[in-house]
Amino acid sequence: MKTDLRTNIKAIIARAYVRVVGANREPSWWLTETLLPIMSTAAYVFVYKALKAPEEYVGFVILGGTMSSYWIFVLWTMAAQFYWEKEIGNLEIYMIAPISRMSLLLGMASGGLFLATTRAVFIFLAGALIFKVNFAIISLPKLFAVFVLTLTGLYGMGMLFSSLFMLYGREAWHGVTLLQEPVHLMSGFFFPVRNLGFFVALGASLIPMTLGLDAMRQLAFEAGPKSGFINVNVELGALVVLCILFLWVSKHALEYMEKLGKRDGRLTLRWQ
Amino acid sequence: MRILDRTKENIRTIRTAGRLGWAMESNWTDPFLFAIYSIVRPLASSLILVVMYYVVTRGKTGMDLFAYIYVGNAFFMYVINVLFGVSWVIHEDRDHYQMIRYIYISPIRMYYYLFGRGIAKMILTTVAVIITIGFGMLVLKIPVNLLSVNYPLLIFSVAAGIFIITCLGILLAGVSMITAHHSYALTEGMSGLFYLACGAIYPIDILPVWLQYVSKALPLTYWLELVRRSVLGKSVSPTLGGYSDVQLILIMAGTTLVLALFSHWIYRSIEYIARKYGKIDQLTSY
Repeated sequence: MKTDLRTNIKAIIARAYVRVVGANREPSWWLTETLLPIMSTAAYVFVYKALKAPEEYVGFVILGGTMSSYWIFVLWTMAAQFYWEKEIGNLEIYMIAPISRMSLLLGMASGGLFLATTRAVFIFLAGALIFKVNFAIISLPKLFAVFVLTLTGLYGMGMLFSSLFMLYGREAWHGVTLLQEPVHLMSGFFFPVRNLGFFVALGASLIPMTLGLDAMRQLAFEAGPKSGFINVNVELGALVVLCILFLWVSKHALEYMEKLGKRDGRLTLRWQ
Repeated sequence: MRILDRTKENIRTIRTAGRLGWAMESNWTDPFLFAIYSIVRPLASSLILVVMYYVVTRGKTGMDLFAYIYVGNAFFMYVINVLFGVSWVIHEDRDHYQMIRYIYISPIRMYYYLFGRGIAKMILTTVAVIITIGFGMLVLKIPVNLLSVNYPLLIFSVAAGIFIITCLGILLAGVSMITAHHSYALTEGMSGLFYLACGAIYPIDILPVWLQYVSKALPLTYWLELVRRSVLGKSVSPTLGGYSDVQLILIMAGTTLVLALFSHWIYRSIEYIARKYGKIDQLTSY
């Protein structure tokens, strides 16, 4: 069915609006999304302090904690959101609306991005100021490009995961849950990924966050290039490829899984 | 007779809620996949610290600090999982399954229901802790001698820890009654706070002085020290190392009593507010 651009833009704004307004009506949100997330990041800083690690490792942890906000956002407010929508009966309403599923997810992402960015900015600023992190930015445009490409790649990945919920329920939910700590480990959120060995790091590079974090470490810290996995320019190129790949695959996965869900009668199946 | 009947009733509530919690935790897949799922997350979380340690020390694991970090992190899984298992029930039953109103009108006490729902997580976490410690002993050569572990102290400490965490979980369950579905972040954040302040993965001596005061006010700090002593037989924290086992148990008991009373008061107060303002069965998924 041909859907018009205006309706889709309206859908994006509407879905994002609910998130931003909904969150701001909850005062507890300020505590849960700003002050509390810094705690576990700070704990990792103190591990390095207990081990008398070089100062740049504190910066690596703060960067990892900051970017972790976006990974959590992708997992819980994008990928797993279709699970909630399905469970509370919204998914079928979305399905009958004349809008693209990608617009809906983009709306979720935009609204969720507001929350994730608040969390990330707080972790970054509080962490950098409290622990006196020294940044030595080599190239700001490259750093910005890496950040945007990483988020785009993650958005594509989130869409890909969300397509699973067209067919599955708790199986997919638990699958998404499983991606938290293991990805923190494999993507090197709190240490340079090359310490995992070349082939493990290469495998983990399928997750845009791995290359994004590694490139950011290389571009933002004096000791970054020494601990980098591969050249930043190569990582930038690989991120572009991953973005295209994930957006393309997720579009088709959404259509395919929706078709399967309809065929098997699982699209509106709740509490499975 | 009345007390006996009430006890029987409460045990039945815990048992039924426990069975329900177990079914919800485990019946989404086959037992093999479930077993893999249950051990991957805790192992990954431990391995993050192992890699961090290896990166700095260039592979040296002989230091006492390594065992201290590893064992502390393994037992801290109880905090993350049981806290989540108890407090998330409110959101799950309210927003997700929309059953909380029926639970409230049934002739059971919510406290025991919440505790029962947390049992599945306790069982799973116990398995995860055993596997993590076993992995540490076999692969990472953590110096744990199974013949010299102080088992009575370990069993007592774990039971006390579960009680402390359940009190915290009930406190957060109370808060969840008047907050939206992002109470997930609240539980996660509170776990982070305890992870930071209780010296789960480093001696509390490394913390700034003001944070050490916070640490000393939390029963989980003493609980972690006791489980470490029972497993490793020693402490690397100069501050906590100065206390004997009995002193630690007494301090833990005192701080736990304060926590239990505070948790009860918070839960009851917020529950009243939630019922008064019609928030008890609100839907907040956005």
